[in-house]
Amino acid sequence: MTSVIGTWIAAGLTLAIFSFLYRDNPAYKFAEHLYVGVSAAFAVLYTWAFDIWPMLVEPMILGRGVADPVDRWILIVPACFGLLMLARWIPRVAWLSRWAISLTVGIAAGLGITGQIQGILLPQIRGTLLPMNSIDNIILVVGVITTLVYFYFSVEHKGLVKAGARIGVVFIMASFGASFGYTVMARISLLIGRLNFLVTDWLHLFR
Amino acid sequence: MKRLMASLLLIAWWQAAAAQEPAPVAPGTLEPPGMVTAVDAPNDEGQAVNVSWERSPQDAGDATAFKGYRIDRAPDRAGPWTEAGFVIGGKTQFQDTGVRAGQTYFYRVAAVAPDDRAAEAGPVGPAVPRAQWFNTSRVNVLVFTGLLSFLIIWYIERAKRGEPLYIRKIQGLDAIDDAVGRATEMGKPILYSFGLGEIRDIVTVASLAILRQVAVRCAEHGTELLVPNWDPIVMAAAQETVQQAYAEPGRPDLYKEGNISFLTTDQFGYAAGVDGMIVRQKPGAIFFLGYFYAEALIMSETGHSVGAIQIAGTTAITQLPFFIASCDYTLIGEEMLAASCYIKRDPQLLGSLKGEDLFKAALILGFAAMAVMGTASVILDNGGSPGLLRVFRAIGEWFATV
Repeated sequence: MTSVIGTWIAAGLTLAIFSFLYRDNPAYKFAEHLYVGVSAAFAVLYTWAFDIWPMLVEPMILGRGVADPVDRWILIVPACFGLLMLARWIPRVAWLSRWAISLTVGIAAGLGITGQIQGILLPQIRGTLLPMNSIDNIILVVGVITTLVYFYFSVEHKGLVKAGARIGVVFIMASFGASFGYTVMARISLLIGRLNFLVTDWLHLFR
Repeated sequence: MKRLMASLLLIAWWQAAAAQEPAPVAPGTLEPPGMVTAVDAPNDEGQAVNVSWERSPQDAGDATAFKGYRIDRAPDRAGPWTEAGFVIGGKTQFQDTGVRAGQTYFYRVAAVAPDDRAAEAGPVGPAVPRAQWFNTSRVNVLVFTGLLSFLIIWYIERAKRGEPLYIRKIQGLDAIDDAVGRATEMGKPILYSFGLGEIRDIVTVASLAILRQVAVRCAEHGTELLVPNWDPIVMAAAQETVQQAYAEPGRPDLYKEGNISFLTTDQFGYAAGVDGMIVRQKPGAIFFLGYFYAEALIMSETGHSVGAIQIAGTTAITQLPFFIASCDYTLIGEEMLAASCYIKRDPQLLGSLKGEDLFKAALILGFAAMAVMGTASVILDNGGSPGLLRVFRAIGEWFATV
């Protein structure tokens, strides 16, 4: 019985969201506000249950899973930075929240540089070092070089640079076209999944 | 007679089946593996020991005749021994990750027969796992990080000294002012979305610089600016940015903190919320500048349906095609970062972009040179001179990452 009620609610909300394809209406507004509200509340609970409780409260306050006192009390540092974010509610000390934001941005930038070089830049360089002895290799090397020319911002796009950049744009657009088609296929499969839910799980038209 | 025939057939079948079974290792013929070594695993944090050996003569690749190798570990040569791992026949290496840095370990490796008889070799050791200061397999990462950092810092210093550093104008930047002007003329608000980018994303940081420019124009014209957010920290940064921007032309009174709001951290919940704002508030201009996923097309199509002029920009390669299809202007990938530099003219942003540009120029020349070298090496290799090909391949291997 519970699953039947759940299926009807899910089907009703699916149709309410789909009704936006016609125009904005009260059913869509209801579904939209419900979705935003529930997902925001879920995010709060998720953060508490999967971040704050197991990663801060349990190890630091309850002392679970940490043998070394240093590992336990070092957590005061991120806890304090987290609390600094709440300083935004007090106008006089709102500037303190910038410390937390700065720390986040700084760590992310530092980790990101080596991560990008190791994970993306070097493998791509290695993959582009090819002899021009096949059509595939020629397309790949020319495509990479001309695309880099397009994203070169230190000179005006004139003459040879302009010609190179234009060829680069052709490669970029061809890549976008392929990506577009691929993603549309994926979206259609999502739509099919949702329609399948309506006609199979809800209406039981097919088994 | 029939019974006799059936019995003969049964015997013949049993003999045939028995002939197909592998011959079991006879007792007394199981020999231990040879040349067992145990050494600290290189390029790690002291959390592994590499154990290697030579195959036992009975390890001939038949899993039914030879079971595998058991690797035992002990803190002392005399024991006590605990099983560190087991690998199937044919393997000659094992990495023991159940160790602690600085501790001493001894190892022995036992060849194991299907009937669990074992012939041990060793013990060998001591092996002491130690942390290495440098991961020598990532020297290439160090070189590139150092080179890129040097170029960027060099250009930042030049920018700080006030040297004129040229950056070409980015198409679509003029459209920002046009879009704000159009929304103002129509008496409609402007909507600005960072998508699902976090504050640690470089594209979000670049978008904040563009938001500042948009907010300054909004303050000058008295146009309402709406910024629905997916990430609460980005929201806080956006509030700071817009508040400062409104003060720049002397209109801090127009700043409304509630207009830079948090919606939800759910992807499609956020898309539904932004869609609702678009269809109800009907903004005259919409900016989608940040990092986007599948919600990109949903939001930009909705914006298109209300007739808003739309400017998009992202480094999310999979979403760029959708923005190009549904928006009036799209900043592709690094163009967005360049746009923020062009607007702000901040020495650090400018220096970063110029440093990256020089690096790109070096890459272009390098790719071209290597293409010529690679082609020549293939031609010479066919002519019986493989030296250049070896050099070409060695250069390629240097870029390999672990």
